[in-house]
Amino acid sequence: MDITFLLNGETVALSGVSPTTTLLDWLREERHLTGTKEGCNEGDCGACTVMVTDAEGARALNACILFLPQLHGKAVRTVEGIAGPDGALHPVQQAMIDLHGSQCGFCTPGFVVSMATAHLNGARDHDDQLAGNLCRCTGYAPIVRAAEAAADAPVPDWMRDAAPGGAAQPFLPASSDALAAIYAAHPEATLVAGATDVGLWVTKQLRDLEPVIFLGRCADLKRIEISEERVRIGAMVDMNALWQAMRKLHPSYGEMIRRYASVQVRGAATVGGNIANGSPIGDNPPALIALGASLHLRKGDARREIALEEFFLEYGKQDRSPGEFVEAVSFARQPDRLRCYKLSKRFDQDISAVCGCFNIAVEDGTVTEARIAFGGMAGIPKRAAHVEAALVGRPWDAATVAAAQAEFDADFTPMSDMRASARYRQETARAMLMRCFEEDRGAPVSVLEVSA
Amino acid sequence: MSVAAPLPHDAARLHVTGSARYVDDIPTPAGCLHLAFGTSPIAKGAITAMDLDAVRRAPGVVAVLTAGDLPFANDVSPSAHDEPLLATGEVHYVGQPVFLVVATSHLAARRAARLGRIDYAEGTPILTIEEALAADSRFEDGPRIYQKGDAAAAIAAAPRRVAGVIEIGGQEHFYLEGQAALALPQEGGDMAVHSSTQHPTEIQHKVAEALGVPMHGVRVETRRMGGGFGGKESQGNALAVGCAVAARLTGRACKMRYDRDDDMVITGKRHDFRIRYEAGFDDQGRIAGVSFVQYTRCGWALDLSLPVADRAMLHADNAYLLPAARIESHRLRTNTQSATAFRGFGGPQGMLGIERVLDHIAHDLGEDPVEVRRRNYYAAARRESVGASGGSISTTKKQLAASADLAGRGAVEAEPRGPGPRVSESAQTTPYGMEVTDFELHGMTERLLETSDYAERRAAVAEWNARHETIKKGIAFAPVKFGISFTLTHLNQAGALVHVYQDGSVHLNHGGTEMGQGLFQKVAQVAADRFGIPLEAVKITATDTAKVPNTSATAASSGSDLNGMAVKAACDIIRERMADFLAERHQAEASEVRFEGGRVHVGSESYGFAEAAGLAYLGRVSLSATGFYRTPKVEWDRIRGHGRPFFYFAYGAAVTEVAVDVLTGENRILRADILHDAGASLNPALDIGQVEGGYVQGAGWLTTEELVWDEKGQLRTHAPSTYKIPACSDRPDVFNVALWDGQNREETIYRSKAVGEPPFMLGISAFLALSDAVAACGSAYPALDAPATAETVWAAIRRLRDGV
Repeated sequence: MDITFLLNGETVALSGVSPTTTLLDWLREERHLTGTKEGCNEGDCGACTVMVTDAEGARALNACILFLPQLHGKAVRTVEGIAGPDGALHPVQQAMIDLHGSQCGFCTPGFVVSMATAHLNGARDHDDQLAGNLCRCTGYAPIVRAAEAAADAPVPDWMRDAAPGGAAQPFLPASSDALAAIYAAHPEATLVAGATDVGLWVTKQLRDLEPVIFLGRCADLKRIEISEERVRIGAMVDMNALWQAMRKLHPSYGEMIRRYASVQVRGAATVGGNIANGSPIGDNPPALIALGASLHLRKGDARREIALEEFFLEYGKQDRSPGEFVEAVSFARQPDRLRCYKLSKRFDQDISAVCGCFNIAVEDGTVTEARIAFGGMAGIPKRAAHVEAALVGRPWDAATVAAAQAEFDADFTPMSDMRASARYRQETARAMLMRCFEEDRGAPVSVLEVSA
Repeated sequence: MSVAAPLPHDAARLHVTGSARYVDDIPTPAGCLHLAFGTSPIAKGAITAMDLDAVRRAPGVVAVLTAGDLPFANDVSPSAHDEPLLATGEVHYVGQPVFLVVATSHLAARRAARLGRIDYAEGTPILTIEEALAADSRFEDGPRIYQKGDAAAAIAAAPRRVAGVIEIGGQEHFYLEGQAALALPQEGGDMAVHSSTQHPTEIQHKVAEALGVPMHGVRVETRRMGGGFGGKESQGNALAVGCAVAARLTGRACKMRYDRDDDMVITGKRHDFRIRYEAGFDDQGRIAGVSFVQYTRCGWALDLSLPVADRAMLHADNAYLLPAARIESHRLRTNTQSATAFRGFGGPQGMLGIERVLDHIAHDLGEDPVEVRRRNYYAAARRESVGASGGSISTTKKQLAASADLAGRGAVEAEPRGPGPRVSESAQTTPYGMEVTDFELHGMTERLLETSDYAERRAAVAEWNARHETIKKGIAFAPVKFGISFTLTHLNQAGALVHVYQDGSVHLNHGGTEMGQGLFQKVAQVAADRFGIPLEAVKITATDTAKVPNTSATAASSGSDLNGMAVKAACDIIRERMADFLAERHQAEASEVRFEGGRVHVGSESYGFAEAAGLAYLGRVSLSATGFYRTPKVEWDRIRGHGRPFFYFAYGAAVTEVAVDVLTGENRILRADILHDAGASLNPALDIGQVEGGYVQGAGWLTTEELVWDEKGQLRTHAPSTYKIPACSDRPDVFNVALWDGQNREETIYRSKAVGEPPFMLGISAFLALSDAVAACGSAYPALDAPATAETVWAAIRRLRDGV
């Protein structure tokens, strides 16, 4: 592949690029820009954070699971480009020095790039902006102090990159039509959306994936269309964009996405990728199933629409034929009554042990409709049909909740793994229904909302 | 004065610009090769056949080595020579290196390493404490026992008793920079090694053995580590030795770094423990006697497990005077990673045992746990600093084998003969006979309870819990008393090398390594202060075995205590020479020459420091000196469990408040207040950084950081996707950290105290606060295990509420 992009303000043109060379390896091994560090090689520590600017703006991304072709037409800024051309420090760099934000220094370049990107974007939710950067030395307090101290400083002019753009290429299609054509011609190809999962196939499993089709330039797949009747989310909508949309439409879903991975991962990860890879522990499917979402699939010019839950056939198997891809997911506009509960060992940037999503309609004290779906409870994201049946038509009270809780055994037989035991999964899934009920009654139900 | 100034880390500007170099960032010579291990997929077995043809044929592969290909020693153990670089016939854990791939790139080496076809006769691994006890699989002949008085009788005679057991999980270091080494072959068979290590001398020694050369043939350099936490005290040996052997074989530079998953699977972690306890006490909660049985899984090789387990025993008292105590320690050999050093070195586990006892006693009595703790404290130190007890120890050193690893904490220790260290008759003695003369916690506790509004907040928590069913709160106080010194007495020494150049700039080197703790800055502050010059005039360079030999690991929190004193000694030698020279020149008294404000004052004259250095040079005065320090007063018999293993104690105290979700066990730290004793701090900013970071790391150990092995002995949590260290939002919402305004009662460097490990144990207060919140869910004692993950907390609540 031939690609071009800006690196710290200078044009880079590469030809014959292997599609699965990561930006991190290229920076360190080819360009000898060793400021960007490898901490985990799977997008979980943020030591390799770089800033990438395209038409949509600047975002922090993990270079370790970012393939070079994904950068075509964009601008990249590494830690070496955060200080000015004359060596002047960026305000976040100065604040990190003054407020003792570095100890061993290995995570520091990643933090500095995350902080500088957030600073450029005017983001002040520091805990969320830095959830994807792990530090083992400082306990984070001085780093957050530095972020706060630098927040009001003006953005240095060198930080504003303009993405150069780049010509379309067959394996870098720029529209869903072009994607449909190339994928139909190469149904054996690996589709790469954000590479937050596929990246690990390369960096950890050391798999060969070629041919690879990159979806990142399909602008028409990145739209969120909200009409009076429906919400339609393009497959390539990234999770940060979905977060912004959902915090307004369905705040509990938005809050769940806030805890979904990290800024860097959400900036790359897509809704379509999270669905299409078929993981039983992806967090979007339970929420979308609870919202009654439809999945829009396309193969060549043929399109079909199915209920999202029908896409997941069994563990590792989805209703998708070779050459077919996810174009969008949509659901009806509805009053917000969605409650999403994400249970994980750590609050931020952790894969769910259990993710339970409840869409329960109550009229005059009676449950009129219930759509409840779970991740982490079966080999696929799955509805709790028996629990739903035990709720509908009954009064929304403690007795009904108790009766419905018993039905979880009919719906789920979860397994034990390193994230949770089967018993804990089953019992907390049950408890989430109680939490949903309690929350409806206005009781505090999250430790995140409590203070000293 | 540079000492005591809150200066930033000396490399801060390099850190934030990405220009600080770690091993993997060092430019390598053309043709540099890269290494990866092929590892065992099973926990125990014998190798019956090895087919490495596919590995050899893989793209980029230059060589593939097995144990038989190694030219000299096949050993990377820091202690008992029981840890081959490459497996010899048998494998002992999942992840054990079996063969070594040398290839043209890191990726090529990793890819090829997966192509080995090895047949094993699989054995039954010993994975759990029960299995190890049943098989009597252990290090040392039997349990080690330290005793004071007759604990069993004291417990039996006491009016009240509690007993129980606590499981304490291990901990992955998760240094952000993984293990790494780079070997550069030199002329005449010599080897230069860059290693991300806390212990360059250990690396030098192991590499020399592996190359069959004296230590003078190997030079090891360590500029910095991207975090160590004990995980780079011995665990870097394999990479450095592998690189050196491959570099000798190929004549090319060789580099090795572990991918994160490999790092977590191959290297050792904090020892997990099970501690059984029984305590007898009165109605006031005053302990009459306590008995502990500590079991720890040491993994497959000895590594540093003996001193780790010793230190757990040595902290089984924490801050409390135990009139009678018995501590029994079982060091179990299991088919898992060889557990190793980790911040606190067993101390945290031992300390959690006694804190659990105090918590249990307070619950049994229904008393405020703080009060019960205070009643059991050692007596306050007298105002004046007192020299501690300890007569002389006369030991005849055993003849040591030429290859003995003297510089490691796992070193073979001389068998003590003669009477052993004298045991103090004072009432204020630890279970191992050391008198506690510097106890600061009475005053510190008083102050912290006040500044943290403990009493009011404890009442508020109780009120919240009375009103809320789903979210419960908890609050707890925990003290820390941590012993400072290597318990292997001879390691308590350090050297330094200081040059003053004729332009007045100072170059200094010492045996300590920089892993983020700010040691270099602290030591540079000492040098600047001795010469009365600005810090910018002092350059501190990479730790280098060719500049300062025979160093101890930068471990046991000893870095600034030992190296600061050695640097001071070297500076003072040069200063004295300069003073003598200038005094003679001016017919003045050398003792009246003053070095301050960047100038040297002699009588009525004064020179700029550079001018003075230039004059001294012209006067043919040596401006280079080595400095040496050995810690006084320590003497310890680890077999008898008697003596003074520690020069002094460092203290700390914390109050933590948490919230717990009763439905799911999800929990969070709401506020932490800390008061920590760093003596007269050399650099309060760096010390507070250690305290904040240590607390969060300690809280992580006891909450979200869970290591899970499956029934085959495979570690299931081998990446940050499954092993969860604290993230940004996991730090306390409100986080107040202060240093105790005191000074070391012993003569340490500027009367400061070691600060690396002690604050880690402040995290115990978070665990106790969770226990307090769980206790609000029922009447029984929660008996929480660690780590208190959401699931563990939930299970404890279920036990309390529903009895299941």
